[in-house]
Amino acid sequence: MSEVLTYITEHAVQWGAVILLMLGLYIVMTRGNLIKKVIGLNIFQTAVFLLYISIGYVLDGAAPIVLEGAERYSNPLPHVLILTAIVVSVATTSLALALIVRIQEAYGSIEEDEILEHGET
Amino acid sequence: MMPLPDPGWLAAIAIGIPLVGVVGILMTRRWPDVREGISLAAGSVLFCTVITIAMAMDAGETVHLELARPLTGITIALTVDSLGLLFALVASFLWIVTTVYAIGYMRGHHEKNQTRFFTFFAVAIACAMGIAFSGNMLTLFVFYEALTISTFPLVTHAGTPEARKAGRTYLGILLGTSIGFQMIAIIGTYALTGTLDFREGGILEGNVSHGVAGVLLLLYVYGVGKAALMPFHRWLPAAMVAPTPVSALLHAVAVVKAGVFTVLKVATFIFGFELLQELSVTQVLQWIAAFTIIAASLVAMTKDNLKARLAYSTVSQLSYIILAALLANEAGFLGGGLHIATHAAGKITLFFCAGAILVAAHKTEISDLDGLGRVMPFTFAAFLIGSLSIIGLPPFGGLWSKWLILDGALAADRLFLVGVLLVSTLLNIAYLLPIPFRAFFRPLPEGAPAERHEAPVSCLAAIGVTCLCCLLLFLFPDPAINLLERTFIGAGAP
Amino acid sequence: MSIVEHLPALQVAVPLLAAPLCAMMIRPSIAWPFAVLASWITFAISVALMDQVLTHGTIVYNMGGWSPPWGISYVIDPLNALLLLLVSGMAAIIMPGVRLGIGVEVTFRAQRLFFTVALLSLTGMLGIVITGDAFNLYVFLEISSLSSYALVAMGADRRASKAAFNYLIQGTIGATFILIGIGLVYMMTGTLNMADMADRLTDLHGSATIQAAFAFILVGAGIKFAMFPAHAWMPNAYTYAPSLVSAFFGATATKVGAYILIRFIYNVFGAEFAFDEMHVGWVLIPLGLAGAFVGSLVAIWQDDLKRMLAYSSVAQIGYVAAAIGLGNHDGLIAAIVHVFNHGLMKGALFLVMACVILRLGKADMTSFRGLGKRMPVTMGCFVVAGLSMIGVPFTVGFISKWYLILGALDAGMWPVAVLIVMSSLLSIIYIWRVVEVAYFSDPPDDVKVQEAPAMLLVPTLILTVLCIAFGVATKITVGVAGLAATSLGVYP
Repeated sequence: MSEVLTYITEHAVQWGAVILLMLGLYIVMTRGNLIKKVIGLNIFQTAVFLLYISIGYVLDGAAPIVLEGAERYSNPLPHVLILTAIVVSVATTSLALALIVRIQEAYGSIEEDEILEHGET
Repeated sequence: MMPLPDPGWLAAIAIGIPLVGVVGILMTRRWPDVREGISLAAGSVLFCTVITIAMAMDAGETVHLELARPLTGITIALTVDSLGLLFALVASFLWIVTTVYAIGYMRGHHEKNQTRFFTFFAVAIACAMGIAFSGNMLTLFVFYEALTISTFPLVTHAGTPEARKAGRTYLGILLGTSIGFQMIAIIGTYALTGTLDFREGGILEGNVSHGVAGVLLLLYVYGVGKAALMPFHRWLPAAMVAPTPVSALLHAVAVVKAGVFTVLKVATFIFGFELLQELSVTQVLQWIAAFTIIAASLVAMTKDNLKARLAYSTVSQLSYIILAALLANEAGFLGGGLHIATHAAGKITLFFCAGAILVAAHKTEISDLDGLGRVMPFTFAAFLIGSLSIIGLPPFGGLWSKWLILDGALAADRLFLVGVLLVSTLLNIAYLLPIPFRAFFRPLPEGAPAERHEAPVSCLAAIGVTCLCCLLLFLFPDPAINLLERTFIGAGAP
Repeated sequence: MSIVEHLPALQVAVPLLAAPLCAMMIRPSIAWPFAVLASWITFAISVALMDQVLTHGTIVYNMGGWSPPWGISYVIDPLNALLLLLVSGMAAIIMPGVRLGIGVEVTFRAQRLFFTVALLSLTGMLGIVITGDAFNLYVFLEISSLSSYALVAMGADRRASKAAFNYLIQGTIGATFILIGIGLVYMMTGTLNMADMADRLTDLHGSATIQAAFAFILVGAGIKFAMFPAHAWMPNAYTYAPSLVSAFFGATATKVGAYILIRFIYNVFGAEFAFDEMHVGWVLIPLGLAGAFVGSLVAIWQDDLKRMLAYSSVAQIGYVAAAIGLGNHDGLIAAIVHVFNHGLMKGALFLVMACVILRLGKADMTSFRGLGKRMPVTMGCFVVAGLSMIGVPFTVGFISKWYLILGALDAGMWPVAVLIVMSSLLSIIYIWRVVEVAYFSDPPDDVKVQEAPAMLLVPTLILTVLCIAFGVATKITVGVAGLAATSLGVYP
């Protein structure tokens, strides 16, 4: 039993990422409201950011800026990568929201079932 | 005498001539007389070219030309061998005759879109030449597919819903079998042997197990949908919605003969006689071919529509050639090859007559033909000649090819098949001869005009020529047989 | 340093810089020639790159002079040279027709933005193909995806926005999966350079993390690639996007997905890992064949022909997936060649739809009635490209199918060969249905229809002619694909 516990606690960050990932995906798949779908997508992407940042962590590492007395530093590369990914995610979100505005204008609703009902004509 | 060009190019020229004709036909579409003149001229030049090739072959030259190399290791190449030469001679000669006939028919029947008709007709002949002169299986396949597609507009010429439906059947079966079976067989052959060339004695021998070879044989024989082996024969009766010249030249000569020609080629040069004789699938296919011969004859008897009856008769006769190819011996090959020529002459005569009856008397059903023999004596006399040739009675050419096939069946020790061929001959009599007899001996229906009224002269001229061919093939079969025999003494083989 | 050495950077930089410049040009009449020029220059560069690759072998170009692992390097081998040629060539052929083609579908004000986004999308695709850095690949993937969503949303139909939204959701999930996969590989190897990854991964066989990474990338690329059963975004997106966008995407977008699959399976992870450890063939071949059947069957029942072509793409992608899954020399050639050839055919077919939509406003079965007489050249192109789709000899479709079946037989998979052929027979039905209506139905009398204008017709004709040209002369396609397969370590 304790082995399982240590396994979980040792990989706490990864577990967190996986749970967020699943939550996000679940929201995207099950919610009919388009805004909620976008929120789900954001959670989904956030999970990946967490995963990446955890990769950069080095035991007892200081922040990667030159410091007096610091012997090792965390790996800065994943942080940089994930900054890019965050920008991408922001762009995706804004585009999605813009599309939602257009959908609202065209159909008068942002609920998926109502859009379907409104006639795919 | 003018120096001959490199004989290899002659084969390419033979394919090119009808295509040049197409350009001419399209350019002169506003002047029907000139347009048909060009059709005739192209036909004559083509026939002369094929004769020139025959002379070059006679002089011992090999006619070979490499056109392209689209895939590594395989070429698009033309090679003329004696079987292909015979096929090309038959097709190119009958093209001229059919053009003469078509001029009278199309005008007499007031068909629309005549330019389209002559155009695709010429394209189809070019494809038939390509098949005849193919140097390997891929080249043959390419032209085979092109022939299917170029004849589609001819089959659906009328543009009626019925024609459309027939066109669907036509294209569905022919493309379906060729892509579905034949292509797999070809690629399989290539994967197993690394070549697709036609070689005497076959290329598969020694490269494959008997099981795989059997599967390949099945795929090939059924992949050649144009050979109309049951149960893939439906397209041929369906194609009868086309104008009669199309039925005559393409669906009694060029297209269907391209099919059985392919089967003969595959049997002889891909499999080789020895391998074929060892395969048990060969026997199964012989049975199927025998079944097709009998069954198609029986179906033909039930058809009242004249063209439909002739179509089923063609299905039956095609299986003679498939059977001959599967006998896998020399006599079978000779008989099959000769049957391409003799059946062509006989069947085209019958179709010409059917067309003439349609144009002159507007009759399509056999039961309406009573007494017409007095109105159209020439046409029905010709029909009788054609029938006798198909049945295989002297003095007409059909006798020799049947004789040779029987000879082959005896040589292969397949007495059962001899029986089938004899029964089939009786069936031929039963479904063909009543037609002229009915026309000559039954009285005309009340009130029908009894004065002579034949089809246009050009139709009659064409019919006369093909009747003469039936007779000549009886009197002088030797040139054709000698030509085919060269396959086995090495002179004409690729 | 001469400019020739910087061609790899220019390949991506030219369309990237042209895009914002286009946005600044208010009048579409200025933005359009500019975009055309940019796409032609891009194409010229890719031709030059292909020439260099063929004469000197693989090119490695370090961005800004920083060599990996610090900098990003662009690596051009025969595989991506061919893909660059396809993507930029399609852009160069289609872009001149865009002005007229989108005239009826995109408002005047939005047109310059259309060119901007189109160039960005081109940039993204070229970037994905050219880069040798895994994370850079992700960034370019998102550039191309985001601009694709925008392009789809520009369709005239209101359903275009909904289609774009669904595309965005699924596309983002796919891209994020790829990102996770890359992250996991980075975690294990400590590098983002694909060549280094490939080196270090050889020692890591059996690692669960790497296996998970492989699975993530496979699924992510599968979504981008619209591989059955992850194809749901594609039919709507292609149906409601402006027709020229459908033409460009149909010819290129999914092809880039195929490229990612090939690159990661054969190059980064290595065929040995993918096939012996992960048994990827057992995923790709059944799914590919299922896609081929489902796509073709659904295509048969479509009334909207753009949707029909989209489903036909699902089927064709199935062939590519199956070909990748065969894992032998001929199979890989088939995959690469079919990616290229299908681009040509589908581009031509979608351009035909653009011509028809320009003249008739829509492309459903009724609008095709009698078109054979009224738009003879357009319909001629449809017939030729359609025959190519069926796989008639002397067309590109035949070449693809030849290698596909040869590959299946070589792998000893007779049933696969048979299924491929059976499914391809279905394409006869959906192509011929249209041909029949166009040539055998009488046109409705009340509408006057002219042949499409030259600006659209010429690109259509070019692609149609290429469908035949590359079916006869296969030196570029098959030759380069053979080199590519060899350079990926798959020998005959």
